[in-house]
Amino acid sequence: MIGGFLTTLKLSAVCLFFSVIIGVVGAWLQGSSFKWTRRFVNGYIQLFRNTPPLVQLYFFYFAIGTLLPTVENDWGGESPLLGNFAWAAISLSFFAGAFNVEIFRSGIEAVPKSTVEAAEALGFTKLQIYKDITLPLAFRVALPALNNNLVNLVKTTTLAYAIAVPDLLYESNQIWSDNVNVTEMMIFLLIAYFVLVGVLVAGMNRWERSLKIPGYG
Amino acid sequence: MSWTPADPMVSINNVHKSFGELKVLNGVSLDVMKGDVICIIGPSGSGKSTLIRCVNALNDIQQGSILVEGQEVNDAKLDKLELRKKVGMVFQQYNLFPHKTALQNVMMAPIRVLKQDKASAEAKARALLKKVRLEGKEDAYPGELSGGQQQRVAIARSLAMQPDVMLFDEVTAALDPETVGEVLQTIKDLAEEGMTCILVTHEMGFAREVADHIYFTDRGVIVEHGPPDTFFQNAQDPRTQEFLSQIL
Ligand SMILES: Nc1ncnc2c1ncn2[C@@H]1O[C@H](COP(=O)(O)OP(=O)(O)O)[C@@H](O)[C@H]1O
Ligand SMILES: [Mg+2]
Repeated sequence: MIGGFLTTLKLSAVCLFFSVIIGVVGAWLQGSSFKWTRRFVNGYIQLFRNTPPLVQLYFFYFAIGTLLPTVENDWGGESPLLGNFAWAAISLSFFAGAFNVEIFRSGIEAVPKSTVEAAEALGFTKLQIYKDITLPLAFRVALPALNNNLVNLVKTTTLAYAIAVPDLLYESNQIWSDNVNVTEMMIFLLIAYFVLVGVLVAGMNRWERSLKIPGYG
Repeated sequence: MSWTPADPMVSINNVHKSFGELKVLNGVSLDVMKGDVICIIGPSGSGKSTLIRCVNALNDIQQGSILVEGQEVNDAKLDKLELRKKVGMVFQQYNLFPHKTALQNVMMAPIRVLKQDKASAEAKARALLKKVRLEGKEDAYPGELSGGQQQRVAIARSLAMQPDVMLFDEVTAALDPETVGEVLQTIKDLAEEGMTCILVTHEMGFAREVADHIYFTDRGVIVEHGPPDTFFQNAQDPRTQEFLSQIL
């Protein structure tokens, strides 16, 4: 049970991290001057937004997972190159990442063009402008939406159950198959996720406050 | 043929610029010598902003040539970084970085672009803020400053790059009347120190006082130009006369 909780924590943390990275990089690529780069990012967003995350998870695990070569494991047998935890992490990161790209993009659109121009006039490179000016300002605008999406992501990690990642839900399920205290289990599950998401939201709110600029917005 | 300080600092030659179908500059030429202060005046929409934005390549041009210390700006292989180290620009809306303090606004470009170390960039930034009379406001964010104060931070931010030419685009137009004076004073100080300045302004009294040369533009051409005294007392072209009669 504790193991399940830790797996959920770890899966959430990994997915939060990578989905934000995907969001930041994707939003940068969307501003690229290459048409095909922009098309590729838009295609990615459409694909992951318009399909159910469970189907994505199955796709990664069963379709791509079986195409990859296997490696010899410690006991001399053959194991897949990537385990079910890794696939869940990849799949859910891409899923939440697609939304994060859009969220960051709308934040970026809210940054005044004149502010960016001032940085250009000072000799900043495109990447410096993105990193030092656009992104920090876009972040502040995007934070409430990002907050929402990340909460959703944590809740969506329960889907990893479907490919037998031993997360909180999966472990609870194992226990309740062996025991009779189903009601207690359900109460525990609900509270565990409630606390987990609560901690995340509190952290995000604190972050939001710490980023607040005196006299701005 | 390399540039020497005896050549024009900025040499604009027969510049044409359009935004799609709209022709905004129709063959503009002017030279600015080192240490000169020139003022560009003219009705709204006549292409003043567009012209000075071409000088630091914020706008590209379709035809003609702009040389900044001999460097051709109308060049597909233009080294923009090199150009922008030479040319500073101050905007009507200040355009400070709202998430950075006054001090950070001034320090940022020297650190990022000129790769100065933090300590010396900070020392210079503090000195510059003092110079624009903002001592004590180092840690204030733009949102906590008045328009005139923000504009002076913007001037300091630009000066921190040690430019050879400064462009000012109606930098007092968005200010409350009581803060216009402090910004004009800052620019005047700069001009007196010998900074080469290209100013777009509606402040005629100021133009008359600081400018070495006045250019009047209308519909993308320079209609008339001359030293301030001649220009204001002896405008020849009816368009200039009409403009001056409206504004003075
Ligand atoms: N980025 C742009 N795209 C399209 N039209 C523009 C752009 N910038 C300026 N213009 C047009 O060019 C003309 C000249 O503008 P501008 O140079 O700002 O004039 P001024 O500064 O003299 O008031 C105006 O008609 C304006 O609408
Ligand atoms: Mg203008």
